[in-house]
Formats: sequence, structure tokens, C-alpha cells
Amino acid sequence: MTRIATILAMCAAIAAPVAAMDVKAVKSPGGISAYLNEDHGNQIVALSFYFAGGSALDPNERAGLSNFATALLDEGAGDKDSFEFQSELENRSIRWRVGADKDAIAGSITATTDNLDAALDLLALALTQPRFDAEPIDRIRKQILIKIKSDTENPNRIAASTLMTALFGDHPYGRNDDGTAETVAQLGADDFKAWAKARFARDRLIVAASGDITARQLGRALDRAFGRLPAMTGLATALPEAPIAAAANVVRVEKKLPQSVIYLGQQGIRRSDPDWYTAQVVDYVFGSGSFTSRLMDEIREKRGLAYSVFSSLQPLDVGAFVMAGAGTRAEAAEESIAVFRDEWRKLNESGITAEELQGAKDYLTGAWPLRFTATTRIADTLVAVQRDKLGLKYLDERNDLINKVTLEDANRVARRIYDPATLKVVVVGPANSGGGNTKSK
Amino acid sequence: MTLVRSLFAALGLLMLPASAHAAIYGAESFTLDNGMEVVVIPNHRAPVVAHMVWYRVGAVDEPPGKSGIAHFLEHLMFKGTPTHPAGEINQVVARNGGDQNAFTSFEYTGYYQNIAVDRLPKMMELEADRMRNLILSEEDVATERDVIIEERRMRVDNRPGSILDERLSAALWMTHRYGTPVIGWPEEMAGLNREDALQFYKRFYAPENAILVISGDITAKTLKPLAEKYYGVIPRGGEKFVRPAPPKLMPGADVRVTYHDERVKQPSLYRRYVAPSYATGDQADVDALTVFAEIAGGGATSKLYRALVVDREIAASAGAGYDGSAASHGSMYLDVTPNPGIELAEAEKAMDEEMRKILGGGISDDDVAKAKQRMKTSLIFLKDSPLGAAQRVGAWVATGLPLADLENWDKRLETITADRVRSAAKALFASAPSATGILLPKETAP
Repeated sequence: MTRIATILAMCAAIAAPVAAMDVKAVKSPGGISAYLNEDHGNQIVALSFYFAGGSALDPNERAGLSNFATALLDEGAGDKDSFEFQSELENRSIRWRVGADKDAIAGSITATTDNLDAALDLLALALTQPRFDAEPIDRIRKQILIKIKSDTENPNRIAASTLMTALFGDHPYGRNDDGTAETVAQLGADDFKAWAKARFARDRLIVAASGDITARQLGRALDRAFGRLPAMTGLATALPEAPIAAAANVVRVEKKLPQSVIYLGQQGIRRSDPDWYTAQVVDYVFGSGSFTSRLMDEIREKRGLAYSVFSSLQPLDVGAFVMAGAGTRAEAAEESIAVFRDEWRKLNESGITAEELQGAKDYLTGAWPLRFTATTRIADTLVAVQRDKLGLKYLDERNDLINKVTLEDANRVARRIYDPATLKVVVVGPANSGGGNTKSK
Repeated sequence: MTLVRSLFAALGLLMLPASAHAAIYGAESFTLDNGMEVVVIPNHRAPVVAHMVWYRVGAVDEPPGKSGIAHFLEHLMFKGTPTHPAGEINQVVARNGGDQNAFTSFEYTGYYQNIAVDRLPKMMELEADRMRNLILSEEDVATERDVIIEERRMRVDNRPGSILDERLSAALWMTHRYGTPVIGWPEEMAGLNREDALQFYKRFYAPENAILVISGDITAKTLKPLAEKYYGVIPRGGEKFVRPAPPKLMPGADVRVTYHDERVKQPSLYRRYVAPSYATGDQADVDALTVFAEIAGGGATSKLYRALVVDREIAASAGAGYDGSAASHGSMYLDVTPNPGIELAEAEKAMDEEMRKILGGGISDDDVAKAKQRMKTSLIFLKDSPLGAAQRVGAWVATGLPLADLENWDKRLETITADRVRSAAKALFASAPSATGILLPKETAP
């Protein structure tokens, strides 16, 4: 053990400071701001965009609206029908990605430099003049209905949606983003048109670019893609706060499966919380540090109870949760849950050790440059930096923020967040999975 | 060979560019004295490298009755060595800010770390150490066997589509090892032990069977002394492993496998054909089939999707795919998921009709020109991320295919004629053995 500590100390000592990312803030002639990471090594440009307000804003009776509508954005716009729009994307090898999550409609276009203008024009058309023709609406509706039906037998999907409902109840966060068969069946062109008008405006837009493009070129590109959007929409974006009840709860969903899926959750913390960086460190030690976490060690390495085991922090705009999970053979589900509960309690009561703290800092700071290796991911990261109002300086200061976390902080935050008395547990598996401490070998 | 190698070494010119024209990846390769191959793919965007070691051995090389041992060993490689005991490799990689993982396929097994370039020597030291010095305790082996069995439950037993795919492969490939799942059959997995793992390890894990692939902020010139220092000193294990020829395929049949499962909510059909590969077929045919799959079933504007999903409204999804870069046979795939209210048999009939149309003059010269153009344009995305590039180049080389053929794909693409696309596809669908998998809900069982 001592020898390991020495080796690790040496590694930490040779760690060079991370080279500062070359990122600047750009403003277009039309007044649209963006972050830019300019790099001419490969003739690719990625433009990532984010519109605040996601599926949680869909009215209850139109649940699934944002998911359905975003799937239709590349199915025809302006003078191009679905086939023409799709053909242009494919023939020019434009990578198109747009999706709705609970708090935003976000996506990216990635294209070779010589196809960028065409990609920008397609994006502008999709955002300002989507067609929502009957044929693609019917076709995509069938695909979504099939997915909703199939998900009723997908253990991970069942566990995730059951956990969200257990955590958030009637709040829109507790709903499935896809909606229900009933709501999806009723959505139509008028809903989608009203949705596009209400959701896409410059006051809720965040943009970042990465790759083979200069600041001047980006200025023009921003106006080309987003210049025709209205300055603001009248839609109220405020969601009610989404607190998570303190009462513990166990929800069992009976399914005949050889492997039970277990998800656990409770109140978490938001990205804007002053304890955010400390919580990241604690979560790394607990279960997000893949091969080295406590959960991995206790559930997989020591007991062989699961292949996949994890924890994560899930910050949202008006709420937050902590979650963890594993897939474990049905007859050992109760044993796995007991280990989860025990680890939750240990973290709460005893916190983490100085060595674990250092290990988390070494990983989190050392792995920071890995975020900046692929064009689209860089643009996505720069969108997140703006969304979280961190400023350009964050890119240089981020590792200091992690390194500043003290053991006292970490243990205070472990106590503050991880509370085994409030755990919501979801088990998807056979009814007889409560067999206690049976082991298969 | 020996003479040439030492001559180049003396001149310090061992790095051989893969080809003269602007290659897709710009990879350089050289071979260490102990037979270990090295491939370098420079990409200086971020101070990061993907460090991978690939072994030219996989599930097809397992002894009879020991299915899953290649993958089980891959898990056990994280356990420890005398110099880096239990669990240390995970700690050291993490404390250096590295992301790591490993994977097993039919014909290769790979290990990687994605990490800041200044930590590369430490990763090389760890990876070189575990190539020959793995130690395994009975207890580690027993616990990890439970883990791979859980992995199988997650990947296969909990997913009806995967259960069908396993049956379908077994029916199509028969005595060929492609019919045995990489993860292993449950009963054989339960019997895998420490001795099995160590035997497989000692037989195959040696520098002459390994390829080092480094992609990212480094050049061959900088890497070479490091590769020699960490990997070049490992003694050969023996002769380079030459895989015996696979058994001849059984005479072709149109096999049908139907699987009913109460968890299935949506019927679907999936058909797989034995197809030529770069190893078994004519290179130009394989290139042409790659273009064919793009035209027939590559995306939302492909022939099958347009006909079955958009125009005839029979299917919710439909597509085709092709893999021609295996060390043994390749595969062509077709799939269709009928819309609610449409019988699976009707969807299959429609799919067959559309395939007949596509093969009987349905592919125009313009279709081929457009497909080639978009495949060419998209090449640039392949080298965007260092890890992605390392994975593609590594898989190619570990399969035993010449690096130059991967780098020159864009040049060959230009020479593929529409006639060749049509004739290669016609030949394949006229005579290839196939297996059709049908996934159905329980209640429609006879």
C-alpha cells in the first residue's frame, strides 16, 4: 500500500498544467453572441445550439409534444419537403442532431467547411419555417408509438421513468418525455406550428462553434442560421420548483426477467449551488469514477453482483436529483439494494478519506482535456459553459475549483446530500427477487 | 526481412508512410524487433492521446467448450501483476486522469486508455507489464466470473432481440465460430476457470501477436523510442500466431428462426446473408457492396426506407447494412419492422419485392455517383476524434488487413462503377446462404 501511494504521488507531481483552450467570445453583426474554439486542423465545423425550455413545458394533455416536434424538424421546411431536406443533409454529409430534454431543445450541425453554408440554411429553415407535412407526421407518430409500446418491456426504460415519477410525482419532471400513447395520438400540425413559434427565439438561444471557422466567418454564420428568429417569444418559461419529498419509498415493478434492474434516487443539488464542485468530487468517489468508485468496488469487484453499476448527479433547472443503479441477478436484488443502502449510509456518516479526495481531484483535473478532442463535443461543452453562466475564465479556472475542495467541505457535502432515510428505490424484476443473501456459486 | 529491418533501423528510417497520396488517417507504422507492430495516427488538436494495445486473438480462437474465455480474460487483465498488484492499474489510470476500457471481438481483443499525452509513458509501462506478467487468484477469478455472467444477462438474456440474434447466428454459421457468441454460452461460461484463462493468456498474449496503436498529439518520431523502451524489451512468446483456416461453411440454406417472447411488443424481422469480405472475396466486390448497402438501406433517403416506410407505409423502419472487414466471411443485413396492423409476413413480402426491384435495375448511375460522393465527404469525420480513429485503424490492422488499403479507400471509391455495384449485389443475393430471424410476441405462438 505504501508503495502504491508513492507511485501515485509521483504521478501527481509530474502532472503538467492543462494547456489553456483557445476560446473567444464572438458577436455577430446582427447581435448574436457565441463562443468559438477556432481550429483549422481538419476541415470540419460544428455549431451547437440550445433553446431554453424543454419537454417539461409541454402541457399535460400534450405530453410528448417537444419530443415529437424535434423529430420533425428535419422532415421538411420552407420549399423543401421531407425527401428534399433529408437528401440535402445526406448528400452533403451534414450531421444533424436535435433533441428535447426536460429543460431545453438542443442540438448541433456538423459539416465539412465547404458544406457549412448549406447546413446553416437548412437549420435556419427548420427553425423558422418547419412544414410539419401530414406524411412525416403520420410516419414519425407510428415510430414514436412503437417506441412507447416497446419501452413498456425495456427494464432500463421502466426503471428510469418509474424513478422520475417516484422523485417528482405530478411535476412535469415526473413525466416521460415521450408522452403517452394517448397524448401522442392526438398531436397534430397545429400543435407543432404553435410549438415552433413559441420555442425558437433569440432571447433563449445559446450558441457555440468549434473547428475550421474564423471569428468573422462565425459572425456571418450566426446571422445566417439564427438572424431570422424573433427576438423573443411570449411563452412563459417559468416552471414551478420541483422539490423531492423526503419520504423513503420502494417501488417494485414486476417483470419476468433473469436480471433485475435497480435504480435509486433522492434530492440532489443544482449546477448553480456553491457546493457543486465538492459534490462532483464526492460523487466521483461514490459511484461515477468508473473502475475505482466505492459502488464499483463493493458491488462488482468484491461481490460480483453486477456488471454495470454507477451513480451520478442530475442537475435540472428547477430541481435536482442524485441517482445510482445496477443490473443484478434477480435472486440477489435484495442483497444489492442492501449494499447500496449501506454505502449511502457510510458516505453520509463517515464521508470520504483524504486519499479518496486526492484521487478524485487527480482524475477530475487530469481528465479535463479529454473533453476537448472531438469537434462537436467541444462545441457542446462551450454551450454548457454559457448555459451555466460560468464565463470564459472558467475554462482556465475549472481545475482550480476542483483542487480547492477540502476534506471538511467534502464531508459536509456528503452529509448534506446523501441521506439514506430519503431514498427512493425502484426494482424492475420478478416478484420472487427478495431471496436474501443467496450467491450463485 | 531481418536485413531490411536492421538497415532501416540503422538509418533511423523505420517509419514507413502507408502510402504516397494524402491518406485518410495519415497513419505511420513500424515493427519492433520482437515482432510487435506499431501504428501512429497524429492529431494535434488537444494534448491528448488514445493508447491502445490490440491482440490478434479473439473468440474464434477459443478451445472447444470454452466459449467466452477470450472475453473473460479481457476482464481478468485488470486484476494485477507482481509489480502492479490487484486493482492498481485502475487506480493509476484514474489518478492520471485517464479513461480506460477494453473490448473483445471474434478476431481481436483490445485495451485502451484515453489520456493526457504527458502521462503516456506510465500507461505504456502498465500495458507492457500486463502483457506477460498477469497473476490471478482463485478468488478474483470466481468473483469476476459472476460479473461476466451478469454482463451476459444484461446484454442477452434481458433482451429478446439479442436472444434471437444469438439463435440466428448459430443457425447461419453452424460449425463456423461466428455461430458462437463472443460472450459465451451460459453453461460454458459457468465452467471457465483460472487455468483456462492463464492458458489462453500464455498462448496468445505476446508482442508478436500485438499491435500498439497511438492516436493523438504525438508523432512516430517521438513515439518510437518510447515504444522500444516499454514494448520492445518484451521477449517474444514464440512464433506469431497464424489462425487456422475456418471450417468450410455448410452448404447454403435459407434458415428461418422464429422466437416468441412475452416481452416483445413489436414484431420485427432481421435477415443476415453470408457475404464476401476483404479476406475471402475480391476487393472490388467488397468495395462495391459497401456502396450498395449505402444506397439500399443506409438512411432516411435509402431505397428500402423510401419504399417501405415512406411510400408504401408498410414499415416503421427498414434498412440494410454490410460488414466486409472481417478476417473470415462478411455479412449483409436487412431488417424491417412493420407498422401496427401490418402482418410481419406482409412486410417481409414487401421487403423481398423491393429488393427484387433494387437488384433488377433499381439502382441508377446517379444513385451510385451520389452515394460515392457522400461517402467521400464523410471520410473527414472519421479522424476527428483520436480515440475513434484509433479504433477504426486498430480494428482494420488487427483483422490482418493492410493499412494501405484503409488509407486508400477514397481512391478506390472513385473507381467503383455503377455496373460493379449492381453485379456484386446481384451475385450476392442470388446465391448467398442466409438466415431470417423473426421476433414475435408470445400470444401469437401456435
